[in-house]
Amino acid sequence: MGGVRQTETEGGKADNQGQPQARTVTISIMGKRAQVPEDATIMRAIEHTGQQIIRGAGCREGFCGACGTIYRMPGDYRIHTGLACTTMVKEGMALAQVPYVPMEKAVYDLEALTPDVDTIKRLYPSIFRCVACGTCTKACPQGLQVMDYVQAAKRGDIADLMELSFDCVACGLCALRCPAEIVQHKVGILGKRLYGRYLRKESKELDARLQEVKDRKFDSEYAELMSLGREALSERYYARDSE
Amino acid sequence: MYPDYLKGLLEKVEQTRPKRLELAKTGKPVYPPMNAAEREDVLSKFHPDSAADARRAVRIGPNRGESLTTEISELLEAHSMIDPVRMEPHLRKPDYETDLLIIGGGGAGCWASIAAMKNGVSSMIATKLRMGDANTMMSEGGMQAAVSPTDSPSRHYLDAIGGGHFDNKPELVRALTEDGPDVVRELENLGVIWDKMEDGSLQVLHGGGTSRKRMVSCRDYIGAIIMRTLMDEVENHPDQINIREFEPAVELLLDDKGQCAGAILYDLDTERFLVVKAKATIVTTGGFGRLHIRGFATTNHYGATGDGLVMAYRAGANLKFMDSVQYHPTGAVYPEQIAGFLVTEKIRGAGGQPLNKHGELFVFPREPRDVESAAIIRECATDRNNGIQTAAGRTGVWLDSPIIDQIHGEGYTRHQFPGMCRAFDRYGIDIVKQPMLIYPSLHYQNGGIEINDRCETNIPGLFVAGEASGGVHGRNRLMGNSVLDYNVFGRRAGKYASEYAKNVKLGNLTLNHVTAYAKEIADQGIETDLITPMILPSYAPEDVKLQQLARLGNVPARHSMLRSRIGQGEGKKAC
Repeated sequence: MGGVRQTETEGGKADNQGQPQARTVTISIMGKRAQVPEDATIMRAIEHTGQQIIRGAGCREGFCGACGTIYRMPGDYRIHTGLACTTMVKEGMALAQVPYVPMEKAVYDLEALTPDVDTIKRLYPSIFRCVACGTCTKACPQGLQVMDYVQAAKRGDIADLMELSFDCVACGLCALRCPAEIVQHKVGILGKRLYGRYLRKESKELDARLQEVKDRKFDSEYAELMSLGREALSERYYARDSE
Repeated sequence: MYPDYLKGLLEKVEQTRPKRLELAKTGKPVYPPMNAAEREDVLSKFHPDSAADARRAVRIGPNRGESLTTEISELLEAHSMIDPVRMEPHLRKPDYETDLLIIGGGGAGCWASIAAMKNGVSSMIATKLRMGDANTMMSEGGMQAAVSPTDSPSRHYLDAIGGGHFDNKPELVRALTEDGPDVVRELENLGVIWDKMEDGSLQVLHGGGTSRKRMVSCRDYIGAIIMRTLMDEVENHPDQINIREFEPAVELLLDDKGQCAGAILYDLDTERFLVVKAKATIVTTGGFGRLHIRGFATTNHYGATGDGLVMAYRAGANLKFMDSVQYHPTGAVYPEQIAGFLVTEKIRGAGGQPLNKHGELFVFPREPRDVESAAIIRECATDRNNGIQTAAGRTGVWLDSPIIDQIHGEGYTRHQFPGMCRAFDRYGIDIVKQPMLIYPSLHYQNGGIEINDRCETNIPGLFVAGEASGGVHGRNRLMGNSVLDYNVFGRRAGKYASEYAKNVKLGNLTLNHVTAYAKEIADQGIETDLITPMILPSYAPEDVKLQQLARLGNVPARHSMLRSRIGQGEGKKAC
């Protein structure tokens, strides 16, 4: 078993000692130059230097949006954006992590809302300032059509807003780059909740099952299963049919 | 893009696919599922828990003498960050007072605060990182709930208790499975978007160990969707739910009647300790993947360091099943940058097949997780040597995903697995056309702090829900039952803890249990410089860690968790 056990650390391979070091690139982490492995993500590169990330690391797999990062490349005037956990370092990269994105979330009672443009207007009026420049779309590390979902929100097309913002990780990079200063990702969350609450198709099967549970229909089956000894239970388990 | 050295092996997968597709289309198992004896055999020989040094007896505390996962015994036999004598004056002037303290802002914590609020009790959520920085956010594939007409909650019960090898606490499994359908509806009412069929019924798929299709899903972003929905709802009630981020709890407080009475938080920004006095406390701190048990890579969140276990144990809470660890069968092996990342079990639920280097099936794709993982490890071990090696020194087997579109129709994979596609697209691998390379990855804390179906522990006023709790999954959890777990028990914890908080009378706050625990360490002659909870893992290179030691004095600074992570031999390398 020892041969297949994977003993690598996140930062490098523990069983790689004595072998040639990985090739490195030079990057600048908040103005400080550092040599880091060329195959590292930004997150692993920062940690390779010995920094303990407090703000700026979360799930480390691209779901949570904690590690939004901005960077520039040599000879390139543009500001680039990415998630530190999934963006690779490149020679000459100059970067800073964004520790927090200040914004105001609308506070609301979902039960009192309607899934339409009136709700959007009331809760996030700022989105009507959108000038359709597309900066948000360019900034999105998930590659979403952010500007398009803002347009959908402006039309009150909640289904489109949901669909286009479904994969949003709420890193807030769009909101930081937006010249109209709107909070795209929060509008996306509102859109999804409105869709799930008001525009879903109802499941009759679920209604029926909930009624059965309420009527305590399964009480006797539970009582019987819970009374079985280990062996009898095992027998029942391995004999059960499968769909 | 896959490197050239894998091209020949990739071709073998292509060659065997037509036959495997034919087999899949019959609807019968594509490989014979194991019987009880076969399961026992592969587990005892190849599951990481079965290694000789995987467990050792813990020498102090409520579970003293019991054999626990070795890393857990070490974590428990460690010093507190708190000096009770110095904290004493502060206990009389709490920084916060609340009816209900919830430690951890993941799925269970959010549900607890919402349920307490519905019961008329305000709460405070103290969390280590941001709200929603939790394993909840990362679940991909789905949640089990017996919603289809061919299924029933009691059948779900049988599947779950069989998957857990009949060790699970029955009352907890009943609560889990019977509350399932209602959780689906409640989440829907909060705005969670379930995958549905044309007629509005829920789309259900198989998971490992399910005898009915029971996995409801939100494409492959179920955790992100549920977590953001719950967080948004919590944030809609700032008057009733007070959120404190970057303030992890490091010890629980008791009162002089032995009731749990709050906690001490450690502010990561100011490195200051804060006293919270609370009538009831709920631990929803999640799991322990970042302990990198046995050196395994993990699918877990950055903050998954088992903090709740440590605090509750020092306060006298019993642990259950802390001798078993879940390795998810399919963690990514290639490319190196995403090694250990979760490849959702929904891939196998939708028909994906694990294959060895010959492109052949070697295990039923949907065995319970421990069995499936052990079978993959067996296939790669030296006897069979059927694994695929990468240049980075990892070994794995294929997970054939292209077969999914061939079963369900073109476009299915891209729509159902946007997260998976994106994760591999970034590295030039199109999982619609090419298989993934996978190997088991440290995934879940099967056991935890023992609870009953009201989420109560043996300490009055201390409630636990979600991955931090122990009992519901026995020694092996099935896919989709943890998402259900934090929903069911988060809600229950909020309900029962708020009820309790309405009636309890607190005495004087004390840290005597921390003093007594320190004495137990000394009496047992345990020598350790480890300070726990760990709070965050360190990924600094070993030489850098050695240099960092110079800045550590007697006062635990936030890097103090690095101590003892150095030079303790095998199994410690990845910590």
